[in-house]
Amino acid sequence: MARTGAGPVPASGAPPAPATAGGRRGVIHDIGYRHYDGPRLGRGYLLRSLFTNSLRAAYGLGRSARSKALPLLMLGVMCVTAVILVVVAIAARMQDLPLPYARYFTVMSTVIAIYLAAQAPQLVSRDLRFHVVPLYFSRPLSSAGYALAKFAGMAAALFVLVALPLLILYAGALLARMPAWEHTRELLGALAGVALLSLLLAGIGLVLAALTPRRGLGVASVIAVLVITYTIVGIVQGLAVDQGNLGAGGWFGLLSPFTLVDGAQVWAFGAETSAQIPPQGTFAGVVFLLVTLAGSAGSLALLALRYRRVAVS
Amino acid sequence: MSVISVQDLTKRYPRATALDQLTVDVSPGVTGLVGANGAGKSTLIRILLGLTPATSGRAAVLGEDVVTNGERIRARVGYMPEHDCLPPDVSATEFVVHLARMSGLPPTAARERTADTLRHVGLYEERYRPIGGYSTGMKQRVKLAQALVHDPRLVLLDEPTNGLDPAGREDMLRLIRRVHTDFGISVLVTSHLLGELERISDHVVVIDAGRLLRSSSTSEFTQATRVMAVEATDGPGGTLPALGPALTRRLTAAGLRTRPAGQVLLVELTDDRTYDLIRDTVADLGLGLVRIEQRRHRIEEIFTTPAPGAAPAVPPDGAPPVPSPGVPGRHAAEEAADGQDRSRPGAG
Repeated sequence: MARTGAGPVPASGAPPAPATAGGRRGVIHDIGYRHYDGPRLGRGYLLRSLFTNSLRAAYGLGRSARSKALPLLMLGVMCVTAVILVVVAIAARMQDLPLPYARYFTVMSTVIAIYLAAQAPQLVSRDLRFHVVPLYFSRPLSSAGYALAKFAGMAAALFVLVALPLLILYAGALLARMPAWEHTRELLGALAGVALLSLLLAGIGLVLAALTPRRGLGVASVIAVLVITYTIVGIVQGLAVDQGNLGAGGWFGLLSPFTLVDGAQVWAFGAETSAQIPPQGTFAGVVFLLVTLAGSAGSLALLALRYRRVAVS
Repeated sequence: MSVISVQDLTKRYPRATALDQLTVDVSPGVTGLVGANGAGKSTLIRILLGLTPATSGRAAVLGEDVVTNGERIRARVGYMPEHDCLPPDVSATEFVVHLARMSGLPPTAARERTADTLRHVGLYEERYRPIGGYSTGMKQRVKLAQALVHDPRLVLLDEPTNGLDPAGREDMLRLIRRVHTDFGISVLVTSHLLGELERISDHVVVIDAGRLLRSSSTSEFTQATRVMAVEATDGPGGTLPALGPALTRRLTAAGLRTRPAGQVLLVELTDDRTYDLIRDTVADLGLGLVRIEQRRHRIEEIFTTPAPGAAPAVPPDGAPPVPSPGVPGRHAAEEAADGQDRSRPGAG
């Protein structure tokens, strides 16, 4: 208490003159502590707030310029490619777009994979690494709510990434006076496929990233899983085409998220396939769609389970 | 009404028992929860927040049961974790606004409360800079701010002075005291250091190995005695304790009872004129007066009291209490010995 007690008294014994006895200068009025009597909103608001926060974080908004660089660069690549396709189509007076809407995400799968690998850890391993998670769980939000909001935020960010260039293609098609009804129908089908892809990739990316608090490991595992599965499907289906074994080769499309969603949308929305072998027949198509949905739901469940363990540890 | 009520609370892990039949009641005000590391303080906080289920027993916070109403408790309680919990790449404002919203505050209120709360904990211009560049003291203030931003009725502060230098420790302790006196928010604050809690707590709960060692109001065992501790030096910058016989003689001559104790001189307080007399005497002798402080019983004494239920050690009638050797340097020693000090409270 020595520091807060009286300071050394001058040897003369005279009490020090009050410091404020002189002229009056500007005074800062401390209005003191005020209690909060306003509303305290419920679960829906908490989920929405965390969703918005996660969506913004997926593009580095509210973070440093460095955090914005990569996600915005990937978004730029996705959109500029679409612009180039439109310019080519218009300049060459083509009757149709050089690339169908539904095939865009497969053609751009590398860009999407890089984006997911970079940003999924931003959303989850960051909170784990800096131990922010206890601050969430000491608030009304449950661990399942946390997982759901992060999942939705990541899926929405992926949807923006892939849907925005499709809208650019669509605008270009209308500008070039291509048949509007046909393009609208194709666009809507492709957007539904993009929604499936966003849910599946968000789940896979977040589950992998949430396994480790280390961002680098998260990035590496996401990119490895996406690239390796896609490569395996390419090699095996290439072999199957050579052998003429389409039935078996088609099933291998289940292994990669990109070919899986491609197969699902081929059957469900009549999209044009990007795979060497799409699922053969109705049964295979139904399986592809169900596996896509189950994969999304399953990874959300795994994510919730993961945070349930963090919450009680 | 008690803010926290714990009955027969037991928490067993496969390899250890963290809490063992703990029963304790916490009233509004500042309550210190003292115990060595591993005594069960953090486990108790996690159970109170409804984050960890207890093995057996009951606990209620603000009148709500922790098992059935955890969500309602977490809406009205603030929590400051012991460890780092701040991302380095966002500003304090951005971070606290987000957490205010996660406590259910609408966007505008979240921003206003964040600005107010950061000001109250002493963060000004720097609150717009990324947290990564903050000092430990500033980070602790941000952690405290996020626990207060939603205007809770109770805050649980887990080792808030950990890692702070002596000055930062003083500031944090003063701030915690203000949380109750100025903000009207009840506080449960844990520490493994007894000395720092005695000055800010109304009530101290001591646990050891998950069991209650003692629960009593601070005034009970740190009652102000009618004894002043006087410390003086022989000049600016002088380090010698200048409690020469001269000072003792002069004060005794003036009718005061004195007794030297280490570097301080204990002087019995007779009335308000005693203060002036001490000051004038020190000045007359040409000495520098470092401090005059009212002597209190120390919480440490409870650990030297054999029976947990026994009354705190009271000095013989009229005689000043005999402090342990080296008492004046106690805080500095504690702060320096932070790392080695952890096992001490359990020693009793």
